[in-house]
Amino acid sequence: MRSTAISAAYATRLGDNALVLGQRMIELVAASPELEEELANANFSLDYIGQARMFYTYAGECEGAGRTEDDFAFLRPEHEYRNLLLVEQPNGHFGDSTVRAVLFESWYLLLLEALTRCADEGLAAIAERAVKEVRYHVRHSSQWLVRLGDGTEESHARVQASLDNLWRFTGEMFAPDDVDEQMHKSLNGPDLAAIEPQWRRNVAAIVAEATLELPGDQWMASGGKQGKHTEHFGFLLAEMQYLQRAYPGAEW
Amino acid sequence: MTKQEWPLYEVFIRSRSGLSHRHAGSVHAADDEMALSNARDTYTRRSEGVSIWVVRSDRIIASDPAETSAFFEPAEDKIYRHPTFYEIPDEVENL
Repeated sequence: MRSTAISAAYATRLGDNALVLGQRMIELVAASPELEEELANANFSLDYIGQARMFYTYAGECEGAGRTEDDFAFLRPEHEYRNLLLVEQPNGHFGDSTVRAVLFESWYLLLLEALTRCADEGLAAIAERAVKEVRYHVRHSSQWLVRLGDGTEESHARVQASLDNLWRFTGEMFAPDDVDEQMHKSLNGPDLAAIEPQWRRNVAAIVAEATLELPGDQWMASGGKQGKHTEHFGFLLAEMQYLQRAYPGAEW
Repeated sequence: MTKQEWPLYEVFIRSRSGLSHRHAGSVHAADDEMALSNARDTYTRRSEGVSIWVVRSDRIIASDPAETSAFFEPAEDKIYRHPTFYEIPDEVENL
């Protein structure tokens, strides 16, 4: 693979992670438990959508085929999306969304930090901007995990169930495919094998502070990076892409 | 079941270095850390600040409106305490 092709593929999958999680969080707008949390959630989802725009625009430039950010977001079918299965999981209750955020963001933060040091200056610059936002997101979601885990008996039991349920989507984050390997080897990109122990340490520390139990080794779901998604994903895309599909080229 | 409200916190924002913190409003939060987060997400979304203070509203000691006259009126007729007899150079900002 040429280095621009690697960059395009890598930027696309990071854009997909950001857009899909951003869209999931947008679904929660007007449904937060408190007014202040409502604002925080909306801010964070817009941070993610902003990151997706930067990644897609850059992917389009590297690809050189004239695709815009909108083409990436609204005109690709399900199997062309390369996001992790974790971020497309439904919001569930507040504990589910919190656990999803903690598991993903603590990985994403380490990935972005590594990406700021990669040889592709365009990706490094995007990572530099995104890393500040995500550092704050991790702080926010981790504090919530501690509050819920170390809260009442009810909140403890429910958030433990969320953690047990979503844990099977974490293996995929550390299973490199061809694009991850090439990004790491030819462009000094993130090394997933090096990130894994750090992620485990960080997550174990938050989970312990939340008085929760870290789930044991188990079967791990995967397929997101190959475009094989869970059954929830089609519904998310259908809602997100509806307008561009129904009225091609619509602008506002 | 009645809904239990989170305690109220007052939020103070320093808009840029060199200025003092100013009261921006208030937020509800379950604990101090959440109050700081909520203040950040509610009041600094459009880059209004470089520093935030939060304090629980019930920890603020306020003057009693009934005592306004005893507290503030004695100062009203002492114009010699006002620095109005000086020329302030245009270069001095934020005084």
